[in-house]
Amino acid sequence: MLAAAGSGHTAGSLGLVEILTALYGEILTDKDLFMLSNGHVAPVQYATLAEFGKIPKGELATLRKFGSKLQGHPERVAMPELIQTTSGPLGEGIGQAAGMALAIQKREEQYKRFVYVVVGDGEMQEGNVWESLMFGAKYKLGNLILIIDRNEIQISGSTEEVMPLENLQAKCESFGWHVAEIDGNNMESFIGAVGTAKIVTDRPTAILAHTVPGKGVSDIEGDYKWHGKAPSKEEATKWKAKV
Amino acid sequence: MSGTEEKEIRKGFGEGLFEAAKENSEIIALSADLGESTGFGKIMEELPEHFVECGIAEQNMACVASGLAHEGKLPYISSFAMFSPGRNWEQIRTTICLNNQDVKIISTHAGFSDAPDGATHQALEDIALMRVLPNMSVFSPADWAEAKALARKLPGYKRPAYVRMQRGAFPVIFQETDKFAIGRAKQVRTGRDIAILTTGSMLHNVLKAAERLSAKGIEAEVLHFPTIKPLDKPAIWSAAHKFKKIVTVEEHQIDAGFGSSIAELLSEVLPTPVLRIGVKGEFGESGSYEELLKKHGLDSESIALSVKKFYNN
Repeated sequence: MLAAAGSGHTAGSLGLVEILTALYGEILTDKDLFMLSNGHVAPVQYATLAEFGKIPKGELATLRKFGSKLQGHPERVAMPELIQTTSGPLGEGIGQAAGMALAIQKREEQYKRFVYVVVGDGEMQEGNVWESLMFGAKYKLGNLILIIDRNEIQISGSTEEVMPLENLQAKCESFGWHVAEIDGNNMESFIGAVGTAKIVTDRPTAILAHTVPGKGVSDIEGDYKWHGKAPSKEEATKWKAKV
Repeated sequence: MSGTEEKEIRKGFGEGLFEAAKENSEIIALSADLGESTGFGKIMEELPEHFVECGIAEQNMACVASGLAHEGKLPYISSFAMFSPGRNWEQIRTTICLNNQDVKIISTHAGFSDAPDGATHQALEDIALMRVLPNMSVFSPADWAEAKALARKLPGYKRPAYVRMQRGAFPVIFQETDKFAIGRAKQVRTGRDIAILTTGSMLHNVLKAAERLSAKGIEAEVLHFPTIKPLDKPAIWSAAHKFKKIVTVEEHQIDAGFGSSIAELLSEVLPTPVLRIGVKGEFGESGSYEELLKKHGLDSESIALSVKKFYNN
């Protein structure tokens, strides 16, 4: 899909396959809300939607092409049934998810609907994120579940070189969130952490999911240079054969 | 049309929104620690279930509002115009406009009206920031009654909108019972020689300027635009047909502001000389409101002088 598009974000998309599969395959109900705040990993959302029959697989080749619903970054207006919000500019997803969670909180005494939002770890460098974390804690949004994709890379290098984020767990806890730290490439761990998050209803949950960027493609695993790059058609064919 | 009674524009909006919220359980007023200053005080105190305090975090406030709107709420975010939309423009663009969520951005202390606070707090660029955004409408009521009528109207206007209001008390010109007609200009004074188009609380100084001009034998027609976007095109065409010259007056940079939008429109179909009275590429400073308006040619005397010179040339 990315090779056909000729541009896009490969590593982060591959690293999130297990989490998106678990969400769409196991966790999300019809009433739950899910969004990517790190919209640049849209390919993994589109691929997962196709895998679960929500969009035709043939449509995936239209990613980033003129006239396609599969915009380079997810657009709500293009697919209102499947995409909850337009995203891409970093740092804005948690606040929107918090707004949705607050609206639900005002209507439901016991949470029947949960709001899930994925952010990239580099995205945690945005100030807007920390405004939203304060907000989520203040309003005790127990129906808000944040998944931090801790793949340790961003476009110009490792997160700890570009702008150190650690200690993320302690930071989120000190902002009043329940935090679970897990192996994000392990579906069972992730599903378990979501189960716990749903029980913790007096505050929002952040799942700090350690993932391997480029997971499954040994040539690029862990390499930040693949954060914002698409494979050539030759590379894609070679990788497919290996996987 | 009447009166010498002076009332706060922002309080008119706050009262209208308070009444609307009593009738509509979905209305949520959000504040970035300035709820009292932006006229939301009554909602904060008497309708706490309709109020969400966001703290000093305008970016998050815009995002939260987008999320609330997604779930069917009717959010109104408020702050000083300098900080919303000044600080959170990109959040408004992406999460409200591109997302096409029904969020209202209610901003006060626009123009020079936060005078003693100085240049940092004086929003002279916000019309430009908002009118350029797809899906966004822009309003600037002139007085308490018009602001109240606008607040009563907006819950039924299901799209993003920006409301720009000055701080301070201004004479109440319009009737509280007047309905707000979105996208319609108001002819507030008739004249035979030249048209002055204005928006927001500048209407007061423009009307005074028109009286000064009348004393000199120039009868100016005054058109007030409480809606800046979408523009009332027929009213502008009609003014351009009737008068050889048009003047615009705004408490904002003349670049990309209200007057620019009039000039852009006329230049395409009916080129007409347009004098744009406003701030000419400068920042404000501390002082009294009157001092600042005078320095930038926006007091009634300066407006009258500029119009007379333009009319006679």
